[in-house]
Amino acid sequence: MKIIILGAGQVGRTAAYHLSREEANDVTVIDTNEEILRDLQDRLDIRTVSGNAASPRILEAAGIAATDILVALTNSDEVNMLACHIAWTLYRTPKKIARVRSAAFTEREKLFGENALAVDVWISPEQLVTEYVARLIRYPGALQVLDFADGRVRLVGIRALQGGPLVGQELRTLREHIPAADARVAAIYRAGKSVKPEGDTVIADGDEVFFLAARNHIRTVMKEMRREEKPVRRVVIAGGGNIGVRLAGELEDKNQVKLIERDGKRARKVSEQLKSTTVLHGDAADEELLLEENIDSADIFAALTNSEEANILSAMLAKRLGARKVMALINKPSYAELIESGAIDIAISPQTVTIGSLLAHVRRGDVVRVHSLRRGAAEALEVVVHGDADSSKVIGRRVEDIALPEGTTLGAVVRGEDVIIAHHDTTVQADDHLILFLTDRRHIEAVEKLFQGSASFL
Amino acid sequence: MKDILLPVAHVFGLVMMVFAVTMLAPLVMAVWGLDPALWSFVISALATFMLGAVLWLATRRFRRELKTRDGLMLVALTWVALPAMAGIPLWHFLPINFTDAYFEAASGLTTTGGTVLSGLEYLPRSINLWRHLLSWLGGMGIIVLAVAVLPMLGVGGMQIYRAEMPGPMKDSKLTPRIGQTAKLLWAVYAGLTAACIVSLHLAGMNWFDSVCHGFSALALGGFSTYDASIGHFNSLPIELVLTVFQLLAALNFATHYLAWSQRGVWAYFRDAEAKAILGVLAASCIGISLFLYFKGSFADYPTALRHTTFNLVSIATDSGLHTEDYSRWPLFAPMWMMFLSCLVASSGSTGGGIKMIRTLVLAKQAHRELNQLVHPNMVRPLKVGGTVIANRVVFAVLAFVFLYFMSIVTLIFVQLASGLDFMTSLSSIIACINNAGPGLGLVGPGSNYGVLNDFQTWVCSAAMLLGRLEVFTILVLFTPTLWRK
Repeated sequence: MKIIILGAGQVGRTAAYHLSREEANDVTVIDTNEEILRDLQDRLDIRTVSGNAASPRILEAAGIAATDILVALTNSDEVNMLACHIAWTLYRTPKKIARVRSAAFTEREKLFGENALAVDVWISPEQLVTEYVARLIRYPGALQVLDFADGRVRLVGIRALQGGPLVGQELRTLREHIPAADARVAAIYRAGKSVKPEGDTVIADGDEVFFLAARNHIRTVMKEMRREEKPVRRVVIAGGGNIGVRLAGELEDKNQVKLIERDGKRARKVSEQLKSTTVLHGDAADEELLLEENIDSADIFAALTNSEEANILSAMLAKRLGARKVMALINKPSYAELIESGAIDIAISPQTVTIGSLLAHVRRGDVVRVHSLRRGAAEALEVVVHGDADSSKVIGRRVEDIALPEGTTLGAVVRGEDVIIAHHDTTVQADDHLILFLTDRRHIEAVEKLFQGSASFL
Repeated sequence: MKDILLPVAHVFGLVMMVFAVTMLAPLVMAVWGLDPALWSFVISALATFMLGAVLWLATRRFRRELKTRDGLMLVALTWVALPAMAGIPLWHFLPINFTDAYFEAASGLTTTGGTVLSGLEYLPRSINLWRHLLSWLGGMGIIVLAVAVLPMLGVGGMQIYRAEMPGPMKDSKLTPRIGQTAKLLWAVYAGLTAACIVSLHLAGMNWFDSVCHGFSALALGGFSTYDASIGHFNSLPIELVLTVFQLLAALNFATHYLAWSQRGVWAYFRDAEAKAILGVLAASCIGISLFLYFKGSFADYPTALRHTTFNLVSIATDSGLHTEDYSRWPLFAPMWMMFLSCLVASSGSTGGGIKMIRTLVLAKQAHRELNQLVHPNMVRPLKVGGTVIANRVVFAVLAFVFLYFMSIVTLIFVQLASGLDFMTSLSSIIACINNAGPGLGLVGPGSNYGVLNDFQTWVCSAAMLLGRLEVFTILVLFTPTLWRK
């Protein structure tokens, strides 16, 4: 794939990193800041072009004429949309993805399409992160909750703890424990290393377990891994930025939400936007303010400001003052690794959340959704299989007969509206959506090949 | 020290193994021609391969991705050590010592083309093929070749590429992937070489000489299979073919690629370097030929133009093929040719010297400085061919030219101290550091580097390596910070 990325900001750089480390992709990055570009080119095997991302000349210099995918990730919605439109109008670039933050654009569906702005896919990292955090709050105890098949199937990452009925037991007993629900354990990580989940694998205290289940079964399965936590009632959000406000808006109907914003003017504006949220003007790292607002009875403290250092510190402080669970928004992968083993329960990496939605478009074959996991080392995909038993290497076969690459688990099959948890005797049919989990992303090409056999003559 | 060297040694082992494979070409030639050098090549290929394999296996625990400084080390190590390997067959087969074998191999790899051997036409064909093949491999760069064929060099590849490719601005790639860029450059290079070989054959050379001289011309090497070089053929068509291909080789290969992919010559007109090179060469040819004609070196003007054009283009582009003993021409002519050899070749070409782009940057900077004196408040960016050159690049060019000049002066003093006469000292160092080939005086086109003693030969070898890697890559090895953790 020939890919052009516009904008070398946080998201753009992460995208360049993830996309260029796959041999098959040729990545070119355009930005106005030459310093950043030089630094980026030193570390990644990519080409860089400096200049205005929405200028046809600059796009030409980056080789737009032969490009398969244009990913516009500058911090200006207008530039992103214009660049996509230019690419389509002048060069018929097959796929254009734009980062569009403002809901003012995205809520008008007519704005995008054949005879309108030529943006095929718009992504809003803020929206994605908000949804991600909201899901984590809905399932207390989960480290990650990721949607597949429009949310009918979810992949949940959870830390198994003493007290869960399945902990200390073999995996095969899961069915006996919960006969009403069905789930498939896709991966187990023990002390950072992947353990192959098989019938006789015993789940230990402290394991990080990823399982796939239908949406309505998730709570039942989670109860098997650790004692059920009380549902979340009180939420404290630090930071009245884009993400903080969206999250407050999403949660305020069902929860008691407090939002702390440092800037007085911004706090005022935020309070006008939100309905029942208590907006507080002050510093989230101010001990007295936190105590005054009963931080010790808060179920969740989410630090979502722009500054990751401030997020880490205020989250650690809140934890010490008695908040039940704390999360922090962290951009640097190295920070995230540092703190998740310490005082902070969940590190939210906006890039990892966003990158999945880009990867889905780069994958060969009909890949609907990709989630990047464990800082890009693992990946979960939703693939649609096409063709018939003759042309495809998977259709008409039982799960145990499919030659999946090492470290790959087929977790679930979505057939129309039905969710079928995959067992060794499940048979794959045409047009099924398969949910796969790869503990090692490096096998992705083998997986693509396996499912592409059918797509080749579409 | 250990942590820095061993990961580099690991990759170098691999480079050695690839290099050993290239020895198969003369080996096949030797088998085919039943010539006596066969065993020398068998031994050398085996020794190089085994040594590389042992190095690679012994250091595999230290395998990691290459960082910037590893890239510099790898390139420097490769260029210093490979001539020793490449010299083994020459050392083993010919009655020369190791010093001369190293010089000959380094002269090939760096595309200098100065030789210590005489009686070239009596050498076995396999030995001659090997000398020319070395030039050809070194022309586009061994490491660039390694980047093209070894995908594992991926990310570190860019650093390595920058350390080996000539020119001050190397951040722009032809394609996003460095491996692909390397492949494209090699493809253009190989394509032009093939065209040159066929043209030479059509112009009347036999196939073996065509191949050897084709290699020489595109690499701007300068080796020949005859002591009299191209003078041996005394053929105008051959000289014309070689002149054209040497000119092409002195231009940026990226421009060739652009021209080829756009199917037009437009790319050359937009390349400020190419225009300057062709302009300077055309003016020099006419000027020098008129000078020689009026000085009476040639009986008629067409002959003067013919010999001036061939020899001047060849020396100025740092190739070093010749038809005449031009050191006997009035001194102005050979000195002017030598001066041109310092600056004519383009960045991204196979030629040596400081490169035309740096000359242009320096000239424009001097011009800007002069203007600034008249208009102290003037704001003017430095532009070459319509593109603004960043100040960072200008400073790098200034530093480069200073180091280049100081290297020349220092080495000339070393040669003088060793007892050489002034003209030989000056011309041997300038010809070696620019990778041009023949000098003047004792090492002129009528003679060769065999007259130098061992010490002087080593100095020349060092000058060639310094010039080929554009000084920085070698000198950086002597900076203490490189070796600190």
